[in-house]
Amino acid sequence: MLAIDGNLLDFKRLDLLALKESPVHRLDPRAKVLTTLVFILCVVSFDRYELAALLPFALYPVVLLALGDLPAGYIARKVAVVLPFAVMVGLFNPLFDRQVLLQLGPLDIWGGWLSCLSIVVRALLTAAAAIVLVAITGFPAICEALERLGMPRVFAVQLLFLYRYIFVLADEGGRVARARQLRACGTKGLGLRHFGPLVGHLLLRTWERAERVHMAMLARGFAGEVHTRRQGRFGAAEGAFLLGWGSLFVALRLYNLPHLLGQLLTGN
Amino acid sequence: MSHHIVEVNQLRHVYPDGTMALRDVSFRIHHGESVAIIGANGAGKSTLLLHLNGYLTATAGTIRIGDHQLSRETLAEIRRTVGTVFQDPDDQLFMPTVFDDVAFGPLNQGLDVATVERRVADALERVGALELRNKPPYHLSGGEKKRVAVATVLSMLPEILVLDEPTAGLDPRARRQLLALLRDFHHTRIVTSHDLDMVLELCERTIVLHEGTVMADGPTLEIFGNDALLAACHLEKPFAMQGCPVCSPGRQHPLPLPQRPLVAPHGDGLHDHDHHHDH
Repeated sequence: MLAIDGNLLDFKRLDLLALKESPVHRLDPRAKVLTTLVFILCVVSFDRYELAALLPFALYPVVLLALGDLPAGYIARKVAVVLPFAVMVGLFNPLFDRQVLLQLGPLDIWGGWLSCLSIVVRALLTAAAAIVLVAITGFPAICEALERLGMPRVFAVQLLFLYRYIFVLADEGGRVARARQLRACGTKGLGLRHFGPLVGHLLLRTWERAERVHMAMLARGFAGEVHTRRQGRFGAAEGAFLLGWGSLFVALRLYNLPHLLGQLLTGN
Repeated sequence: MSHHIVEVNQLRHVYPDGTMALRDVSFRIHHGESVAIIGANGAGKSTLLLHLNGYLTATAGTIRIGDHQLSRETLAEIRRTVGTVFQDPDDQLFMPTVFDDVAFGPLNQGLDVATVERRVADALERVGALELRNKPPYHLSGGEKKRVAVATVLSMLPEILVLDEPTAGLDPRARRQLLALLRDFHHTRIVTSHDLDMVLELCERTIVLHEGTVMADGPTLEIFGNDALLAACHLEKPFAMQGCPVCSPGRQHPLPLPQRPLVAPHGDGLHDHDHHHDH
């Protein structure tokens, strides 16, 4: 649970990055959200054995990282979190798919190895794009952008509240777990017997808090609608950002750039 | 509407489980008065406060705020007039940034963006938190959260300020800052607290609740001087009115003092501390 506390702090840092000032921070969130969506669609729609054509896509997160003045090491660590999951997903491909697709000298490369690597690269790319998006936009602004792009308001408000109170809930959970741990006298794990009351307790506390938050909202004239004041503009810069990156992604999706480069160099 | 009188008349509240939290409570608070509502845990303080902004409905009795009697029709107007600062700022600050949170009330009032921006800037300026405007609430310290919570209410320009345990959980410095801030307000102020030293500094009048009834209502100093009353209501004198533990050895202390001197013997003065008795 103490690890959760640490992770939470780390997560708060990601949130603080969104407060920076840079040309990409200033763009309307909608442009960034849409561009990231196009990016993800292009990356995941490749053929499962594709590997080389994916690599140029790394350009997008790297360029934003530089423009947004983000700490590369920190972002890399956040992206690396998905690595074990991606490896788990692709792990059995080499066992089942033994069709030889490639020969490197005496080495036969099975299709399974390619598809496994492809999965890992895709996971890293999409995670990098999403994390960079949060770091240069901020979660609340992303919610707002989604809403202005047509997501129902209820979902947007719910996402916002989830994000706001996940910190409070994690704090409370951390405290409860610590209190248990300090009196657990070395016994490992929660155990089913203690897990139930603990979670029930947290649920009740959450419930009570929800009631108090609602009370605070009513006291300030809440009548069912959360107003926001931001009136971001989707201007020329946003259009250029979306169109520029979007067309690059589509081009990279349709034409295999590394392949073309290779042809050019070898003169075939 | 210059006279924002708060008039509570024979207020009774029974919770659904049958607990009678308030038994025929009556008082009248005039414009500009600063009143403390004190009492032990479970005396009914919070229940009373929740009636003042219409969150709870009285089982019997009436509440008048200014020209309006509290009812379903006047609720919106009354909630604009009475600004409530809740005890836990994490309950009060629910929007993604400080700015959004302070703007929440004014936006609900249907004001235009320019007015809202001005109101927010004014309110944050008054609590000395303007530089926090773009921060998310979970990045603030306890004292900052509290001051921002006060700003979220100030931005609605309430005539009456209701504060539930404003100094709970603050460190001495943050508490001092908050007290200085609250002292400058010319609103009608209604404060509940266990921090009787704060009450002594901030409120000229005190209402004592005990088991849902008003036990006393009068000048703060007079009430804190009444030992029998305080004992009956499970309260203790503010520290500022108790003897100094060093220089008045003969005073009555509810707990036996340690036998060893509080200051190490070779520390040269038992008496070189500043004596500020604020009464």
